[in-house]
Amino acid sequence: MTTHYLILSGLLFAIGAMGVLIRRNAIVVFMCVELMLNACNLAFVTFSRQVGNLEGQIIAFFVMVVAAAEVVVGLAIIVTIFRTRRSASVDDANLLKY
Amino acid sequence: MGETITFWVLAVVSVGAALGMVFNRKAVYSALMLGTVMLCLAVLYAVQDAPFLAAVQIIVYTGAIMMLFLFVLMLVGVDSSDSFVETIKGQRFWAILAGLGFVVLIVVAIGNVVFAPQVGLTTVTEQGGGYIRSIATELFTTYVFAFEITSALLITAALGAMVLAHREQLTDKPTQKDLSRARFRGDHPSPLPGPGTYARNNAVDMPARLPDGSAAESSVNRYIARYDVEHGRLPQDPELAEAIRHTAEENVPQTEAEQSSNEVTK
Repeated sequence: MTTHYLILSGLLFAIGAMGVLIRRNAIVVFMCVELMLNACNLAFVTFSRQVGNLEGQIIAFFVMVVAAAEVVVGLAIIVTIFRTRRSASVDDANLLKY
Repeated sequence: MGETITFWVLAVVSVGAALGMVFNRKAVYSALMLGTVMLCLAVLYAVQDAPFLAAVQIIVYTGAIMMLFLFVLMLVGVDSSDSFVETIKGQRFWAILAGLGFVVLIVVAIGNVVFAPQVGLTTVTEQGGGYIRSIATELFTTYVFAFEITSALLITAALGAMVLAHREQLTDKPTQKDLSRARFRGDHPSPLPGPGTYARNNAVDMPARLPDGSAAESSVNRYIARYDVEHGRLPQDPELAEAIRHTAEENVPQTEAEQSSNEVTK
C-alpha cells in the first residue's frame, strides 16, 4: 500500500509542477504550489506509517503551518501587485526583467 | 480491504480534481477543485493513522487557506480568467512533457523499491500512551523550539500581510464640498439621466431619450452595456444598439472616488 500512496503523492506533485509551468494567473500558480506542498505531506504521512515513527506527521504539521504563513504573505503580495498593475497575470510583472 | 477501496476512490477523485484545477480556465473552479483535492487528502490521512493531521488539514487548508484564496479571487476579480496565449513558444508542450517525465521517473523509481512490511504506528502510540499524547510529547519536547519559532513566523506573516495590503492615503479625503465643486466644474452638474426616461422601453439596459429624441448614452451603466454587447443582447433599433455599443466601448478611467468606493465594497 505504501507504494500506492507514494505514487499518488508523486502524481499530485507532478500535476502541481505542471500547473506552475502552464498557468499564467498568479493565484492559480499559487494554488498549484499549495498542491505540491500537499503532495509532499502525503508522502511524509505515508513514510511515517511505513517506518513506524511519528516524526513524519510532525514534519507534515509544520509544513502546513508554514504553508499557511506563506499563503498569507503571498496573497498579500498578489493583491499589492494587482493594485498597482491592475492584473494578476505573472506575465505582466516584468519590470525587473532587464 | 476497506483501505484499498478508500484509496482507489480518493486517488481517482483527487487526481481528476488536480487535473481539473490545472486545466480549468476559471480561477474559482480551480479553487473549488483544489478544495476537493485537500478534502480527499484529509480522508487519506485519516485512513493512514493520522487523524490529528486530517483534522488540521481540514481546519487549516480547506478552512483557512481556501477561504483566503477565494477571498483574494473575489478581490482581484472573479473573471480574471487566464489568457491561454503562449508567451514562450511551445512552453505548454514542454511543460506537459516535463510533467509526464517526472511522473514516469517517480513511478519507475518507487515501483523498483521493495518496502519492508509496514511497521504501523500502533507500537509507537502505545508506548507514548495514546496517539494524541505521543504527538504532543513529540511536539512539545523534541520539536518545542521549532514550535515556538512557528509562533514568531505566524506573527511575522500576519504583520507582513498587513503592511503589504495597507494603502497609504496620499491625498486628503475629498470632502462633500470638494465633491460638489468638482461636479459643478464638470459637464454634469445634474445627476446622470436614468435609463428608460422618455424611452419606448423601460429596461435598465436601454438608453434614455433626450428631449430632442436622441439616445442618451450616459444613462446606461457601462458594465451592463458591455454585457449586452458581449452576449448579443442588442436591441433591434439600430440607433439604440449603436448607443449601447458606444457606451460599452467607452473606456472611462476610474475616478479616485470610484476606486475608493470599490475598495470599500471589496
